[in-house]
Amino acid sequence: MLLRHTNKEILEREALTINPAKTCQPIGAMYAALGIHGCLPHSHGSQGCCSYHRSTLTRHYKEPVMAATSSFTEGASVFGGQANLVTAIDNIFTVYEPDLIAVHSTCLSETIGDDLQQIVTKAKDDGKIPEGKHVIYAPTPSFVGSHVTGYANMVAAMAEQFAENTGKPIDQINIVAGWMEPPDMREIKRLAKELGVTIQLFPDTSDVLDAPQTGKHVFYPKGGIRVPDLKSTGDSKSSIALGCFSGEPGAVALDKKCKVPFKTEDIPVGLRATDRFLMRLSKAAGVKIPESITDERGRLVDLMTDMEQYFHGKKVALFGDPDDLVPLTEFLLDLNMKPVHIISGTPGKRFEQRIRAILADTHADANVKNGPQADIFLLHQWIKNEPVDLLIGNTYGKYIARDEDIPFVRYGFPILDRIGHSYFPNIGYMGAIRLAEKILGVLMDRQDRDAPEESFELVM
Amino acid sequence: MEKLEILEGRKKQVFEKNKETETFDIKCETTSLSGSVSQRACVFCGSRVVLYPVADALHVVHGPIGCAAYTWDIRGAVSSGPELHRLSFSTDLKEMDVIYGGEKKLYKSLLELIDQYEPKAAFIYSTCIIGLIGDDIDAVCKKVSEEKGIPVLPVHSEGFKGTKKDGYKAACDALMKIVGTGSTEGIGKYSINILGEFNLAGEAWIIKDYYEQMGIEVVSTMTGDGRVDDIRRSHGASLNIVQCSGSMVRLAKTMEEKYGIPYLRVSYFGIEDMSKALYDVASHFSDNPEILQAAKKVVSREVGELYPQLLEFRKALDGKKAAIYVGGAFKAFSLIKALDSLGMDVVLAGSQTGNKDDYEGLKGMCDEGTIIVDDSNPVELSKFILEKEVDLLIGGVKERPIAYKLGVSFCDHNHERKIPLAGFIGMYNFAKEVYESVMSPVWQFAPRKGGLS
Ligand code: SF4
Ligand code: SF4
Repeated sequence: MLLRHTNKEILEREALTINPAKTCQPIGAMYAALGIHGCLPHSHGSQGCCSYHRSTLTRHYKEPVMAATSSFTEGASVFGGQANLVTAIDNIFTVYEPDLIAVHSTCLSETIGDDLQQIVTKAKDDGKIPEGKHVIYAPTPSFVGSHVTGYANMVAAMAEQFAENTGKPIDQINIVAGWMEPPDMREIKRLAKELGVTIQLFPDTSDVLDAPQTGKHVFYPKGGIRVPDLKSTGDSKSSIALGCFSGEPGAVALDKKCKVPFKTEDIPVGLRATDRFLMRLSKAAGVKIPESITDERGRLVDLMTDMEQYFHGKKVALFGDPDDLVPLTEFLLDLNMKPVHIISGTPGKRFEQRIRAILADTHADANVKNGPQADIFLLHQWIKNEPVDLLIGNTYGKYIARDEDIPFVRYGFPILDRIGHSYFPNIGYMGAIRLAEKILGVLMDRQDRDAPEESFELVM
Repeated sequence: MEKLEILEGRKKQVFEKNKETETFDIKCETTSLSGSVSQRACVFCGSRVVLYPVADALHVVHGPIGCAAYTWDIRGAVSSGPELHRLSFSTDLKEMDVIYGGEKKLYKSLLELIDQYEPKAAFIYSTCIIGLIGDDIDAVCKKVSEEKGIPVLPVHSEGFKGTKKDGYKAACDALMKIVGTGSTEGIGKYSINILGEFNLAGEAWIIKDYYEQMGIEVVSTMTGDGRVDDIRRSHGASLNIVQCSGSMVRLAKTMEEKYGIPYLRVSYFGIEDMSKALYDVASHFSDNPEILQAAKKVVSREVGELYPQLLEFRKALDGKKAAIYVGGAFKAFSLIKALDSLGMDVVLAGSQTGNKDDYEGLKGMCDEGTIIVDDSNPVELSKFILEKEVDLLIGGVKERPIAYKLGVSFCDHNHERKIPLAGFIGMYNFAKEVYESVMSPVWQFAPRKGGLS
């Protein structure tokens, strides 16, 4: 009983977060930056933050995660971090030779009021940025938003600071990726190829954070969108943003700067969100959905019908990031499951609106909360008051799963204690099949475990 | 990895031991260079790891959410009782708090928490931002302490104010405020405190058991399965034993000044150091020869069991090359000896926080050609590993995937160890882990140097 300290009685908390269902902006910015080829993320602040962010990403992906730090000391905190950042830029280009540096701020540099734009301009004027190299920047103070907004801010910075409208339109569609795993990004590219559509996907962490073993440790693995491609996004026909929290700000920035119109869709988790995404893409590019993809969909539907009896009526508690939870909740409903408790640490009105709308017809009484005090502690208390058959969330859910003896599917960020999330997609029809398989797996394992001897069955 | 350079500003932090290295003047205990991909953490991290294992205390991180989220239960310091330390409490500061100050929020949080959990004490960690906005956490702690009647201790661990080591100091200062507040009644003459042993994977229990077998009373294990009430009365012990990491030397020194309790520095890693750790305590209590007898018995029994097993591993590992890159330098000493007893050669020894004496010591222990490095980064590490044709890297979480990418086996000797590596049984576990990793068939599919030889 690790969480024996969680009590059933829910008291209104005003000030405190217990067992957070979110983390801070810079780690999102760091992750997004890794989705550009040849990019070294840079954390403008003290060493600790950078070290924690790298450790967490390393634990999640089991890959070397590179990022530099401005290494603030007390001096920098008093006099400002300009000198540190300018030196850092100089050092990084000399030693680590990236194509670009993506700087994000931290609480510390934000609080002392460092102006990243001004400092980067200064570095440029001082000749610290070599010809053909780039430095981009995004403000990511952690006392606003969460890791999700940090990701969005860096993606918006990519659009703002790279996209160019040359006046010569290119027959391609931008896909602004919300926070997805590398295999999800790979899946988006596969689906587009299957449709025969040219896309520019950014950021793209596939082949960066799932790089093959080669016997070498390279700082810049082969994946990631290349700078010229990123520039070309300004000439694309249109953009599709995936996820209104993590993807949309990038598309908005692109529209503002280069007049590339966009539509926002959910991250294609589950059946209907995948349908919508594919329809959107096929319409934007003026192509038909090929039979191969219709077949994939058919296989998913086939699985859902075959297994319908095992899903129905099961109560689910879930927590994670808003752009993941919205389509996931919808998918759970399509599986005839009952989402009863939903928590996201990331603040933002649109989350509750979307979730409420999805639940309105069938589960209007579900517990839904996001923002301050929407944490894993509260989720645990809800579960104590109304038990569930299944828990879905990141690694930290394992405490609740163990204490309450609930089948548990790991989903979201971070996952520190299992593999698979960086190899197999969660999105698209194939991803939906995988998700359904995982859910079924834990439910049936539980059924087997609990079945009395006389009703233990071979065929289920 | 063809072209590898060492940062100009880092040249004095890297040495190769050879005849010319007589004027060995390594630069260390500095902050990392701006722009380096340093493997280091911050002051807060230091405080958090030291105090974290006090299991019946409340640990509240005062700051924005990240600092708390990243340190939520990342260290497997296990407890035989309460688990309060494994929850993550944060004041989760918002923009308005940064502008108007977070004192009120902290005050409210503490009241809410103390009412709910009735902890024995509370540690309040101040993070970078608190240092900047100038919250008077001392005053808040004092107020809450008076109202609630438990020690509420500020831990001044603003990340930018130094290195991880400064965090150890802040943690020791906080602990010192609890030490001496309990009754020492009933504590015998042959009694010790164990300091700087974090009970990762239950290591403190192993160590405690050895001492108890010697007839020594362990008053407090301080920060490994720690309890506030034990710490309160720890000044009644006759001797403090400080584990190698050095994180708690300051506390030992302060206790020496204030209570006249001498301290010993020991290491629990490897046969040699573990035995010494027991003998040193026995010779401290030389007025009681039974203790030495008992220590001998423990050592000969344990070593007798262990030795033949080690020989088996040694057969396979003899002559293999190892690189060490760990947090504290003192641990590197033990590791060099432990690897030596497995027949392995250390070709790289580095630490994140060593001081001059540490590096002098390392130099003394290492063979010609060994690279000694302070606060290294992934580029350097990869370079050395390839150049020295290393078979095994010992490091922490950020080093693991680098080793694997290079086709080199790995052993975690930091936070991430899941099996105890301390004590005699720990040496067996260590040897086994090294053996299993170095000899794994997987390396035949993972050619080193990108397949070039
Ligand atoms: S919350 Fe702020 S200070 Fe803490 S780790 Fe994140 S960026 Fe750093
Ligand atoms: S904000 Fe400061 S205290 Fe928190 S992790 Fe970063 S460096 Fe450490």
